[in-house]
Amino acid sequence: MMQKKNRAAKIPGMIGIAIFLIVIVFPFYWLIVTSVKDPADISMIPTELWPSRFSGAFYESVFVDHHLMTYVVNSVIVAVGTMVVTIVIAFPAAYAFSRINFKFKKVVKNFILVANMFPIIAIVTPMFIIFKNMHLVNTYAGLIIPSVIITLPMSIWTLIAFIDTLPYELEESAMIDGCSKIQAIFRTVLPLSAPGIFTTAIIAFITAWNEFMFALILVTKDAMRTVPIAISLFPGQYTVPWGDMSAASVVATIPIVIVVLIFQKKIVSGLTSGAVKG
Amino acid sequence: MNKFKSLKKTTRDNVAGYSMILPALLLLVVIGIVPIVITVSYSFQYKVLTDPLDTHFVGLDNYVTLLSSELFWEVLGNTAVFAVLSMVFEMVIGFIGAMLMNSAKKFVGVVRTAVLIPWAIPGIIIAYMFSFMFNDQLGVVNQLLETVHLIDAPVSWLTNGTTAMLAVVLADTWKQFPYISLMIFAGLQTIPKDVYEAAQIDGAGRVATFFRITLPNLKGILLIVLLFRTMGAIRIFDIIFGITGGGPANATATLLFQAYKYLFGDMNFGLGSALSTIITILILICSFIYIKVLKTDD
Repeated sequence: MMQKKNRAAKIPGMIGIAIFLIVIVFPFYWLIVTSVKDPADISMIPTELWPSRFSGAFYESVFVDHHLMTYVVNSVIVAVGTMVVTIVIAFPAAYAFSRINFKFKKVVKNFILVANMFPIIAIVTPMFIIFKNMHLVNTYAGLIIPSVIITLPMSIWTLIAFIDTLPYELEESAMIDGCSKIQAIFRTVLPLSAPGIFTTAIIAFITAWNEFMFALILVTKDAMRTVPIAISLFPGQYTVPWGDMSAASVVATIPIVIVVLIFQKKIVSGLTSGAVKG
Repeated sequence: MNKFKSLKKTTRDNVAGYSMILPALLLLVVIGIVPIVITVSYSFQYKVLTDPLDTHFVGLDNYVTLLSSELFWEVLGNTAVFAVLSMVFEMVIGFIGAMLMNSAKKFVGVVRTAVLIPWAIPGIIIAYMFSFMFNDQLGVVNQLLETVHLIDAPVSWLTNGTTAMLAVVLADTWKQFPYISLMIFAGLQTIPKDVYEAAQIDGAGRVATFFRITLPNLKGILLIVLLFRTMGAIRIFDIIFGITGGGPANATATLLFQAYKYLFGDMNFGLGSALSTIITILILICSFIYIKVLKTDD
């Protein structure tokens, strides 16, 4: 009797989850379905919720007519570059915050937290002028550098939370065994931090891949645009090529979605650890 | 001798600590703080890109122009409406998501994956997805609503100020609530089970349990989420850029979007910088509250 009641009590919850999942997944489903429709069917009224015929025409159009591959390559270079630079700079900083007692540590740590909130609108105008003078507009470096300041603060915080969980005794015993401080870090903390570094790197990659305002303003040459900016410029003056935009959006999101599917557990732990713990 | 030794250790710690954080600190100051300072200095100048030779110091003129314009108060109001609406939507849906994840632990993997998809997709693509779904002729929203007879004729969502704002809020909600769900879910895990059991024994109902135990225990996290989302509402750009471009007639232009229009539409760097400075001050206030909240949590 008791068990039966329990099982019955679970049904509203399951229905709730089902509705919840549909709401989350539907816009994404609609994007994919639109992208594989036949161009003639896209303006069909009423719309087909499940296409009666499929076509790769929009994909052909975005890769052949819109040169999507150029933008994908740009996005990959910028996102990977940002990820690598972020980790190389964030790891030593996080180690210092976690392990070393230096002067004004709290102040600097709080500054990094504030830096996470920097309003890009107040940064981008002078940056555009400075980058123009330094010939960094329309270069990969000119896109990676600003992206790093977006990813760096939260990466440092996520890594601090991770390094805090590693036992200090490991380093100490390595140093007793004759390692120098730096050797000890390289032999104990760094390898043990691999999962934390990995998580931080994934989040940094996704953040850089999605970055919009810097990439919109600091690039004026079409061949240097990243995918999000390129897609935003698809609409013409009078028509919006919905099919092309859907196909391009699918291409831009599939790599990210795959990364999310594989590493969801790690991403969640990374997203929640840095923000919740002081 | 002992004191000398410990002094030496603190010096060594200072040198080691600062040399390790130096690259990060330098980057954030040079690429972050310096441009903000330059923006503040622009805000006191007449600086219009189409009239470059006439750049000169004007004191507080830009701020006076800004604060005495009707547009400023309109976009400030839009920002407030957007912030409140999106916060309510995101909090409620975020909470439901977290409770669902908590009640059906079997499906946590599936829900978590689904929940991460909106978070991971570029904002501009979400903007495009929603503007297509809310399109008056081809949009699936109108068609679904017509099928269930909630509306008789297609609604042109994006050409009416109120419904355009609603579309923008819904798009932002779809992107942001996953993060809120995850945070609240993480918070729910920290509430000990026996507290709930004790409440059940005392005969507390579901509603009472929620308001007396769940909510108070999540106070810290909810406060952080609230601050994050306030700042998010101030900083939102790509979703508005993609769905409405601030229109119709500024109805969905927020403070930041208007600053962008001054800066890169009108090329009026003085006025745009003044508005950007105001945005920066708002963000700073939120940041300081955030730091205070974190401290009391320790």
